[in-house]
Amino acid sequence: MTPQLIHSMLLVLGASVIGSFGAVFLKFGSAKVTRNPLSFLNPQLGLGVTLYLGSSVFYFLGIRGGQLSILYPLVSLGYIWTLLWARIFFKESLTRRKLMGLGLILIGVVLVGMGAS
Amino acid sequence: MSAIAASHAQEAAAARRQSILLVFLCTISGAAGQILGKIGMTHFTPNLFAIVTNVPLIGGYALYGLNTLLMVLALRKGELSMLYPIIALTYVWVTLLSYTLLGETPNLFKNCGIALIVIGVAVLGSGGKA
Repeated sequence: MTPQLIHSMLLVLGASVIGSFGAVFLKFGSAKVTRNPLSFLNPQLGLGVTLYLGSSVFYFLGIRGGQLSILYPLVSLGYIWTLLWARIFFKESLTRRKLMGLGLILIGVVLVGMGAS
Repeated sequence: MSAIAASHAQEAAAARRQSILLVFLCTISGAAGQILGKIGMTHFTPNLFAIVTNVPLIGGYALYGLNTLLMVLALRKGELSMLYPIIALTYVWVTLLSYTLLGETPNLFKNCGIALIVIGVAVLGSGGKA
């Protein structure tokens, strides 16, 4: 592993964590959205959007160096973090159906990454 | 089941379908955004004028905005743990668009990967409790 690759991996790993918190705050903020367009201007949504954009910057910088077969599986860790936060913060149930669907998706993302480089 | 409970169940199913549709649209705008971002990043220079006149990059970020808006509307009535993994459909569109627009060559890994993602999303979205 070259230092360049480790650098990219850390950026993408960071993007996955930041993005998953972005999703959590988007969910918190979405509860405050009403028919009034001004209701979009709430602090939770602001934070969610900021984290989301921040994570995309990390992501773009990370994948710029290539090596997608290693980086894509790291990106998909974001799905696992998000599932954990959904369980912790929103008390959502993790049904067998959700875990099966997510498992298939994760394998799919890893395969796409393997094919990409 | 009483009539009231039945109508509640119907409402929940309708809300669920609407959330899934919104996330579905979100993956399409996300894929278009990623392709534009990819094109924009190929002639990226770290200078403010170059960045604000980089049309694909700006377009990509505009689509990210749309993408986020759709996601928020979807999350309003849907479960994060069901909706968020559906975003992986973005990979499917990006791969297909890369084949057609960027001239990338298809291979078995990518094709199997996008097929599994589609099946996974179908499993997530198929019925069950709302």
